[in-house]
Amino acid sequence: MDILIGNLFKLEWQQVVMWLIGGVLIYLAIKKDMEPTLLLPIGFGAILVNLPLSGAIDQVINGKIEHGALSTLFNAGIANELFPLILFIGIGAMIDFGPLLANPKLMMFGAAAQFGIFFTLCAASMFFKINDAASIAVIGAADGPTSIVVAQKLNSNYIGAIMIAAYSYMALVPIIQPPIIRLLTTKKERRIRMVYKQKSASKLTRILFPIIITVITGLVAPSAVSLVGFLMFGNLIRECGVLNSLSDTAQKVLANLITIFLGITIASQMQADQFLKKETLMILGLGLFAFIFDTAGGVIFAKIINLFLKEKINPMIGAAGISAFPMSGRVVHKMGLSEDRQNFLLMHSMGVNVSGQIASVIAGGLILNFFM
Amino acid sequence: MFNPMAFVDNLYYMGFGMLSIFIVIGLIMLSTVILNKVTAKKDDDMEDDD
Repeated sequence: MDILIGNLFKLEWQQVVMWLIGGVLIYLAIKKDMEPTLLLPIGFGAILVNLPLSGAIDQVINGKIEHGALSTLFNAGIANELFPLILFIGIGAMIDFGPLLANPKLMMFGAAAQFGIFFTLCAASMFFKINDAASIAVIGAADGPTSIVVAQKLNSNYIGAIMIAAYSYMALVPIIQPPIIRLLTTKKERRIRMVYKQKSASKLTRILFPIIITVITGLVAPSAVSLVGFLMFGNLIRECGVLNSLSDTAQKVLANLITIFLGITIASQMQADQFLKKETLMILGLGLFAFIFDTAGGVIFAKIINLFLKEKINPMIGAAGISAFPMSGRVVHKMGLSEDRQNFLLMHSMGVNVSGQIASVIAGGLILNFFM
Repeated sequence: MFNPMAFVDNLYYMGFGMLSIFIVIGLIMLSTVILNKVTAKKDDDMEDDD
């Protein structure tokens, strides 16, 4: 009987709390459709690693280390940043830079919307060591792989909480952004129509663009060259026109395969003793802070630019520079439509959205340059 | 370890970081404008080769 129930007595209340957190993540993934590809594996993994003496993670039993599958996967795929980088190939293959290439001026909004990262860095540094503060700030990149790579390279102690915050807030973009945008804009500004001039970039431009971005970013922020390089490699596969089969595989099979392992492996960092701390709540708060100030940075920058333009732009598109591709672009488009049924902002907001993807990787690289 | 002065100390990184992002994105923007101009004519040739 002791063999059957012995392990039950090792159960701690903190582990039960983690089961509940895992349950909430699974509920949000299934019932609310919030980033289900990540929140569901993370939620299940949170339960898996919080069983007493869970064999899924490394355990010290009688002075000997018993290796667990999730700990092994963590060392093989996250500790060396391999999973997020491979996922970036898939993301790069999914991104169409067409709207951005047709209107390169949109890139500036992507840069402005990284304000939240640097502002959060200042705020987080009041409570955390600088390497942890920098890792927490990059939650504002609204880009999971960048957050993982930066937190890992900076040896942050809070990688589990950072991941949960990054992916949860990305899923919450449709809830977080609209009130901030409404607060910072007038109804008249939200109804500004933007004409989309149909211009298509040449095939040669589409091929050279990812190569040029890699070279420029690599020269400025060498620590980010793997991030931007893998993203742009995926895009080059998409745009070259001779690797359609590989592009298709990168977008679907490869991205799905990595996503399955990424979520459940991140959960290995959600053991109760590491996760249930007041710092986790602070990280969740600071992550939200970063998203809010990213959105505000983009919108306010667009309003400032409008002071100098004859043909005004809709300041809402600045908010799409937060990255969180493609949710943020869609949110802005929907808000435009809700103000005026004839106001189609999709091409502009998507252009800003993909520029945010590039800018967030550059921001991650700069943070690594500063603090590595 | 609440240290309010750290906010002020790290404002430098905020200013320098934002300036750097605008410079890098500006460079990429400029390269894209030049690319669009230079390759507009060559595109027809590439499609002919296909």
